[in-house]
Amino acid sequence: MAPRRRIAIRNHSAEANLFARRTFIAFIGVLMVLLLLFSNIFDLEISSYEKYQTRSNSNRIKLLPVAPNRGLIYDRNGVLLAENKAIYSLEIIPEQVEDIKASVAEVSALLEISQEKQQKFFKALKRKRRFKPVELHSRLSDQQVALFSVNQHKFPGFFIDARLKRYYPFADLTTHNLGYVARINREDVKKLDAQGKSENYAATHGIGKLGIEKYYEDILHGTIGHQEVEINNQGRIIRTLNFTPPVPGKDLTLTLDIELQMIAKRALSGKRGAVVAMDPRDGGILAMYSNPSYDGNLFVHGISSKNYSKLLNSKNLPLINRSIQGYPPASTVKPFMALLGLEEEIITPQTRIWDPGWYQMKGIDNKYRDWKKWGHGWVNLTKAIEESCNVYFYNLAYKLGINRISTMMEKFGFGDYTGVDLHEETRGVVPSVGWKRARYNQPWYTGETISVGIGQSYWTVSPLQLTQATSILVNKGEIKIPHLLMAMSDSQQLASQDQGKIIKSAENPDKLGRQVETIFYENKPPIKLKNHDNWQLVLDAMHNTVQRPGATGYNAFKGSTYDAAGKTGSAQVARLGQDEKYDAETTQEHKRDNAMFIAFAPYENPEIVVAVAIENVAKGGGATNAAPVARQIMDQYFGNRVILSKDKNMHPQHDDLYGVQESD
Amino acid sequence: MRSTGHDQEKKAGIWRKLHIDLPLLAGLLCLMILSLFVIYSAGGQDMDIVIRQAVRLGIAVAVMFVVAQIPPLSYRKWAVPVFVIGLILLVLVLLFGHVGKGAQRWLDLGFTKFQPSEIMKLIVPIMIAWFISQDNLPVKISTIIFAFILVLIPTLLIAKQPDLGTSLLIASSGIFVIFLAGASWKLIASCIGLGSAFAPILWLYLMKEYQKQRVLTFLNPEQDPLGSGYHIIQSKIAIGSGGLHGKGWLQGTQSQLEFLPERHTDFIFAVFSEEFGLIGVALLLLVYLAIVMRGLWIAVNAQQAFTKLLAGSLTLTFFVYVFVNIGMVSGLLPVVGVPLPLVSYGGTSMVTLMAGFGILMAISTHRRFIGS
Repeated sequence: MAPRRRIAIRNHSAEANLFARRTFIAFIGVLMVLLLLFSNIFDLEISSYEKYQTRSNSNRIKLLPVAPNRGLIYDRNGVLLAENKAIYSLEIIPEQVEDIKASVAEVSALLEISQEKQQKFFKALKRKRRFKPVELHSRLSDQQVALFSVNQHKFPGFFIDARLKRYYPFADLTTHNLGYVARINREDVKKLDAQGKSENYAATHGIGKLGIEKYYEDILHGTIGHQEVEINNQGRIIRTLNFTPPVPGKDLTLTLDIELQMIAKRALSGKRGAVVAMDPRDGGILAMYSNPSYDGNLFVHGISSKNYSKLLNSKNLPLINRSIQGYPPASTVKPFMALLGLEEEIITPQTRIWDPGWYQMKGIDNKYRDWKKWGHGWVNLTKAIEESCNVYFYNLAYKLGINRISTMMEKFGFGDYTGVDLHEETRGVVPSVGWKRARYNQPWYTGETISVGIGQSYWTVSPLQLTQATSILVNKGEIKIPHLLMAMSDSQQLASQDQGKIIKSAENPDKLGRQVETIFYENKPPIKLKNHDNWQLVLDAMHNTVQRPGATGYNAFKGSTYDAAGKTGSAQVARLGQDEKYDAETTQEHKRDNAMFIAFAPYENPEIVVAVAIENVAKGGGATNAAPVARQIMDQYFGNRVILSKDKNMHPQHDDLYGVQESD
Repeated sequence: MRSTGHDQEKKAGIWRKLHIDLPLLAGLLCLMILSLFVIYSAGGQDMDIVIRQAVRLGIAVAVMFVVAQIPPLSYRKWAVPVFVIGLILLVLVLLFGHVGKGAQRWLDLGFTKFQPSEIMKLIVPIMIAWFISQDNLPVKISTIIFAFILVLIPTLLIAKQPDLGTSLLIASSGIFVIFLAGASWKLIASCIGLGSAFAPILWLYLMKEYQKQRVLTFLNPEQDPLGSGYHIIQSKIAIGSGGLHGKGWLQGTQSQLEFLPERHTDFIFAVFSEEFGLIGVALLLLVYLAIVMRGLWIAVNAQQAFTKLLAGSLTLTFFVYVFVNIGMVSGLLPVVGVPLPLVSYGGTSMVTLMAGFGILMAISTHRRFIGS
């Protein structure tokens, strides 16, 4: 403690001066500090204003993506094939409920919600924020929705949320064509990222995985919308600032006729195989069914691993779309081989050969057998096709050589994509020297050319390719691209995806009266023959095959009200030994022959081309197994229409074949 | 105008009798009214919180009025015993104090909680001013050293609670007295040198982990934007996005949408800048400058060394509040818990501040000892 001093000796004015000086210095300090503060605020509010304004906005403004509704899919008559069905779930906003336990118990009693679901709800409740909805029940029945709606006033904070899920009313009938929509997985995300589309899918849960749903994904999906909202620091939405509605995906109308599709399914029931029916005038696919099939709806909700492995491991391979998978075409290629023989002037319509039941190359012992053990006797072009004479085509193939065959068959689209609007399409194989070198690194043997003559060897074609090739035949060389898409509600987007394939589109009201754009597809350059009449010769032979009593296709189409033409085929699946005889009853099921058939009708101005493939038939071949399937399809297609040829003398007899000498 | 000159003098006389310094009161009322508006906005437009603040302001004004009636020279008698009692209370706080927000600041008296460090904000400058004014000015080195020790004891006791903000204010109140008393520039320079040398020791041995964290965060707030850096980042965004004119009253998104923490207390300046912009900030700083100028004017015109030193110290300490708070909120200084004086929502410190202004008014109006 300082001792008390006398204040009298103080120099007051000196002290006051000193104090004033110090105060002034302090005041200068204050001014400088204020200036520092102000310049700092100036820097924040003026110089860096934009930076902080941006950060302030990114704090509070959030873009909520709004998913567009997926486009619907119709058949050619306006029957709905793929729709979006509302799935209702019961949601609860915790902070709006006073006594959550009591309310949940009450609503559960009303709607018969299981204890498990309630427990799951209370678990989820702990993790979520108070103002975010928590799901109590995921898929409410219509009855539950009705029951809740009536009692909703008793449950503040409870509400029903509707989400749209894809639904295919025809289930397995259309799965191989439509494919299905399923949950976007990691690979899809990667792909969307790579294509720069992920932003458009921000609110989307499902994506087309297969078929039309995949092929036209971009068109069906639509464009995302955005809700611009203001949020607080906890993410609670305070208000909506702006709303950009999503643009729904386009509705598609397919060329399919669901009734034909049903007939196809019925005709194939209990069999493994596929049917394709197409309008040769424009390439529109009328029916395309592969049996067995499966229900695409299973995948929409996420298929259980048990169900999936069942599908995956089934011996009948339901997951495979057989209409675009390769089969040995067998004798169905004979009309094409005949056309090539005529074109290369190796044969004429009059050329005959003697069929003793087998064919032998000069200087080689190996015998190539005909399906008719005792042979067809004298055979010309028409008879060779009608009766499906193997020896005639062995001989023809031998003379043509593999190179001319593969070149011509490639023109008919064999061994290449048809361009159909399905990504799952396979190319099949046209055997050629180059192909064999590339595939097996082996030279081509002339003996193999003989088998190619009857559509065996390495040759595989899909029912769709057969349909297309037949269509080219009936169009006399004109090539139409097979397709499933007929029209859509607006075709702006298609142009970018399938540029070149579509030449134009026109707006027309469809059968439901909606304004749609019909799609017209570009033709490929046609096949030109030196002699255009050759087309008719082959088509005549196919006509005979169905119309002449005793020909292979006759029984199947007996009594039809329309004038059909076609060609049968029976493909060996297992290789037989030199003198081994095939007997379906003693052969293992999966080694039995496949039955094939191609057909078109009416003979004049064809409207429909059908190809059928049936695997491992128990008895008979294409004529007895596959041709009746085509018959049923065509019967359905023509209904009550009677379309018979004006010229009744279309079926030349083969009397001229007897007593004439071999020309070779 | 001239005819009313006499009336004005008369009026001034009335205020004098009430021991109220009108210009100072005007400045303080400006801040108080502003405070109510900004708190209404920052508190989510909740009228209750505004009313509570109004009541506190009322109490604070009453305290100021009461304190203003006490002749300032009478403090001298009480300086030593009250200072000693204050120190004892600070020790008691450390021993038995009530823990809140990670610090021991309150003494629970049963009926109310009491924060002895607040009282020390007034006692320390009174004590130091009294001690130094015993001698002639300028102060001698020995007096300064002893005064330093007197300042250091409460400062360290409060820092130990820990309450960095208050200990800083108390230390500065003492140091301002020493500075105003004419401590030699040599001494000041060597103190600054010594202080910088002391800084590493402070960092290594005396600062608590959370205090170090605050300093680190201050140096680089973006390092941990959702953790310790969150306050300062959101505060800078609020200020910066205000721009020249501000977003308008009740329109500040950073505060209304609760991105800004401690909106109505320590970070209220950010709310104010966001809504009123640079123009508002300039006006607010001018009000603070006016109050400081008036305070310094009172100090210069005070009649005794004791009252001069006390008034100067109280005024400059008030300015330290302003500087530390705004500096902290705008990212110039590390986060230290100092409110924006008379604007931030909060009780104790406001009452202490207004009591301080009561002392200033007393110094300004109790002038009858002239010539004694």
